[in-house]
Amino acid sequence: MPFLEENYDIVVVGAGHAGCEAALACARLGLETIVFTVSVDSIALMPCNPNIGGSSKGHLVRELDALGGEMGKNIDKTFIQSKMLNESKGPAVHSLRAQADKQDYSRQMRRTLENTDHLTVRQAEVSEIIVEDHRITGVKTFSGAVYHAKAVVLATGTYLKARCIYGDVSNATGPNGLQAANHLTDSLIANGIEMFRFKTGTPARVDRRSIDFTKMEEQFGDEQIVPFSFSTDPESVQKEQVSCWLTYTNETTHQIIRDNLDRSPLFSGAIEGTGPRYCPSIEDKVVKFPDKERHQVFIEPEGLYTNEMYLGGMSSSLPEDVQYAMYRTVPGLEHVKIVRNAYAIEYDCINSLQLKPSLEFKAIRGLFSGGQFNGSSGYEEAAVQGFMAGVNAAMLVLGREPFVLDRSQAYIGVLIDDLVTKENHEPYRMMTSRAEYRLLLRQDNADLRLRGIGHAIGLVDDETYEHVLQKERDIAAEVERLEKTNVGANPRIQEFLERHGSTALKTGATLAELVRRPELDYFMLTEIDDNRADLPRDTAEQVNINIKYEGYLKRQQQQVAQFKKLESKKLDPDFDYSTVKSLRREAVQKLNQLKPVSIGQASRISGVSPADISVLLVHLEQLRHHKA
Amino acid sequence: MQSRKTTDTIAAIATAMSSSGIGIVRISGSDAIAIADQIFRSKKKGKKLENVPSHTIHYGVIQDGEEVLDEVLAVVMRGPHSYTAEDTVEIDCHGGVLIMKKILETVIKYGARPAEPGEFTKRAFLNGRMDLSQAEAVMDLINSSNEYAMKSSVRQLKGSVSGKIRKLRENILYQIAFIESALDDPEHISLDGYEESLLKILQPMISETEQMVRSADNGRIVSEGVKTVILGKPNAGKSSLMNVLVGEERAIVTDIAGTTRDTLEEQIRLQGITLNVVDTAGIRETDDVVEKIGVNKAKMTADDADLIIYVVDGSCPLDENDAIIMELIRDRKAVVLLNKTDLDMVVSQEELEEKTGHPVIAISAKEETGIEELEKVIQGMFYEGKLDFNNEVIITNVRHKTALTDTLKSLKMVEQSIHDGMPEDFLTIDLMDAYEQLGSILGEAVEDDLVNEIFSRFCMGK
Repeated sequence: MPFLEENYDIVVVGAGHAGCEAALACARLGLETIVFTVSVDSIALMPCNPNIGGSSKGHLVRELDALGGEMGKNIDKTFIQSKMLNESKGPAVHSLRAQADKQDYSRQMRRTLENTDHLTVRQAEVSEIIVEDHRITGVKTFSGAVYHAKAVVLATGTYLKARCIYGDVSNATGPNGLQAANHLTDSLIANGIEMFRFKTGTPARVDRRSIDFTKMEEQFGDEQIVPFSFSTDPESVQKEQVSCWLTYTNETTHQIIRDNLDRSPLFSGAIEGTGPRYCPSIEDKVVKFPDKERHQVFIEPEGLYTNEMYLGGMSSSLPEDVQYAMYRTVPGLEHVKIVRNAYAIEYDCINSLQLKPSLEFKAIRGLFSGGQFNGSSGYEEAAVQGFMAGVNAAMLVLGREPFVLDRSQAYIGVLIDDLVTKENHEPYRMMTSRAEYRLLLRQDNADLRLRGIGHAIGLVDDETYEHVLQKERDIAAEVERLEKTNVGANPRIQEFLERHGSTALKTGATLAELVRRPELDYFMLTEIDDNRADLPRDTAEQVNINIKYEGYLKRQQQQVAQFKKLESKKLDPDFDYSTVKSLRREAVQKLNQLKPVSIGQASRISGVSPADISVLLVHLEQLRHHKA
Repeated sequence: MQSRKTTDTIAAIATAMSSSGIGIVRISGSDAIAIADQIFRSKKKGKKLENVPSHTIHYGVIQDGEEVLDEVLAVVMRGPHSYTAEDTVEIDCHGGVLIMKKILETVIKYGARPAEPGEFTKRAFLNGRMDLSQAEAVMDLINSSNEYAMKSSVRQLKGSVSGKIRKLRENILYQIAFIESALDDPEHISLDGYEESLLKILQPMISETEQMVRSADNGRIVSEGVKTVILGKPNAGKSSLMNVLVGEERAIVTDIAGTTRDTLEEQIRLQGITLNVVDTAGIRETDDVVEKIGVNKAKMTADDADLIIYVVDGSCPLDENDAIIMELIRDRKAVVLLNKTDLDMVVSQEELEEKTGHPVIAISAKEETGIEELEKVIQGMFYEGKLDFNNEVIITNVRHKTALTDTLKSLKMVEQSIHDGMPEDFLTIDLMDAYEQLGSILGEAVEDDLVNEIFSRFCMGK
């Protein structure tokens, strides 16, 4: 009999970016929720880079916001510089990225958590999950207290059996020297969960006063700031920003690294975890790309109330003395003083193929997980998974259907589908090239895509939803007007076209046709469009994109229709594929391991061929007849 | 990223392509009738297939633009009362194999796509046209025919072609990876000035693809015809025979046994029948490693040949090597040539006929006698239906050509997009299509190629 017992609807283990979203979503849906953290002071900690967003990650944050998540709002409150990346490229790859004041970010999120009804924050290390008859019933803390729950969300980040390493120094701590969680892994393994060991790393933080900024390029934020959250008033975020700085490594830096490779734990074999290829340490870059004469180093502030600066691009696990030597070869860092060393971190995570698309464990009812624990990397990837895991835990407790986004609806859908379908041997990072339908999954239309779903879940209020419906109607009406409005080949139009380097009209044309011309757009046409209504900027932007890229958008919509056909053909998760004789052996093995939920998911499993899919279709048809 | 091919209307040659030259091109799917209407001209002016009743036959011609391809009968069957339960048009033509292929290509040009192996049957089943008890058979058919097609698809590609496609494909992937890495990490990788250099890279890609499409037209991409293998022990006169058939000094011929070390392939036409003739190293028990490889290859080639020509040196007694070959050609379609009638014969025609059970023709490759009779015998086998064209080969060729044509379209779209000033992220859409199309020729799926290429080629991130 434990000395302490409490009952909750939902337990969330971990209060990082995944845990916070999970806990908030559950509590906001009215469920009694408790969130555990090894340190209340480290809620929503940003132990690595001091920014939120970036290519494709910005998409994730906006989608999360549209669904009713918190990350977008929190960064809007706490950013100190903001940029829209890829502005010169197509709208699909525009992406927001903001520098955060780390402490402020953490503090604001903590405040939100602490002031949310039905939510309890508790500092304790969860050391066991309690499973009865393949169903989760609660967790136990290291001190022996038991918390009963109808569902549990694991969001332990990089804390499980964490080890921080540089040179021959190896500390059994989590990030930033925080206490690691050394017991939960054993309980997970005892319950049949397959674990992986991954690795990631972070660069040094240095003292601002020791940097010579005159030798670096200053990097400013955007003049016109776009907020992350669709609920944030754009006017409220137009504020003074701080700069980042750009400098470069050189041949001397690389020589020092090469000379000391034998002292790196990565090359000596002291690190066993698998690291990400997209986020290489500086020594990885020097070894893998020997022809590159220099690598960029971004110097980014960690916040307004600290002199610590982040050395983006130079993560390392080399010994302390080598870190000093190599950093000091970089222009502007000649006299740099390190505040915190760079280090690599190793941690336990799961093989995410054990999860359903709802992020519930296939083998344990009621147990969900999200974030780096699932083998992803990045704050944003973590947050969206935490949210989805939390919502699905809530759906289960409420007796509602699981909530799954597919690859045609959101980057979130792509991310989770990849995690639960494809073999993953390194921390998974979101990339725009992973999204097949990225022209449709833009950051600018995340509200149009997902507000309705957020509303259906119960995390978006009626007024907000109505606002999006109105926007939808406005866009449709304006597109129709442009398609129907003819302009003649009159002198005023010809003069306008000539001025913008566009071919003169021979006969009339619709305004939409003019918008489609490469050198023109909807906004430029304002002066010849006499009946234009005054639409909000974001609405006008949708009109422009919808008309300008219509052909490409239609093409992707057709592909989506094809895709949906296969997604809608459901497979029984308990089916034994070895009973289908015509499937190839490899396919049987993969299908039995993964137990896909649909023909669509099955088709994305590596080792399952198109012919196998045809066989499955025939098989499904056979089953259907048998049932009928 | 996915291929842009979304058409649901499929087409294929539905009959074995053999002797009679009469065959059916079948089109099935929602656009079947509309597609047929674009190429079928009825003898009755202005008659459109879309207006005719189901299950009726119409006389007319197939045209591609102004060019008349063949006189045909078009059979219209509306779903669900057709084999696949979809709208179906069958074009009965009689112009021979090449015309049938041309008609199929035209159907594809106007909007159908080549059917996957077993796809008509699959559709028939999925649309409820087949008995449930047939499900197992259907599934077997799909996988076995697919496996066969995958294997033959790559095998039938001529060596230089698959090499070219592979190289082209690698180059395309590199370009996509470069663009994508810059989009994902704009602060580390810049695309400034890239569009101009891509234009320069595209031009040779486009002309090379154009050339391959033309080669496909001439049937030079895959080997069509009756796969014929010439077997015989060393120095029996196989190469001389090949030279006579081809009409030029192609194979190396000497009196030293074992000089043809590898297989040579030559396409010859005998009275309207195309033979792909493979000359092989002589079969004999050997310790010579190089020759052993040649011999093994010869045995393998013989295994998937449609026709075997076995050449016997009539001036030498039969030995254990001949016994090996006779074993090899048992129950196969074969013709036996008793060669070297110009010399003193120690083997008789009757003896050979009895031992092999195949027709035996006495010839002299050196003096070119008996060749006419060989042609007659082969022709006879063909018209009696004993020999078939390999149906799959023709289909493979059409599939490859379709894929190449689509690749070409995609590459030209990229060029157009650059001229139109489209942002770089639009370029990868068409580049990826091209990459996938070329992959389908090689039988390679895309999977995680792009992500792997990005990480291995470009230095990303923090």
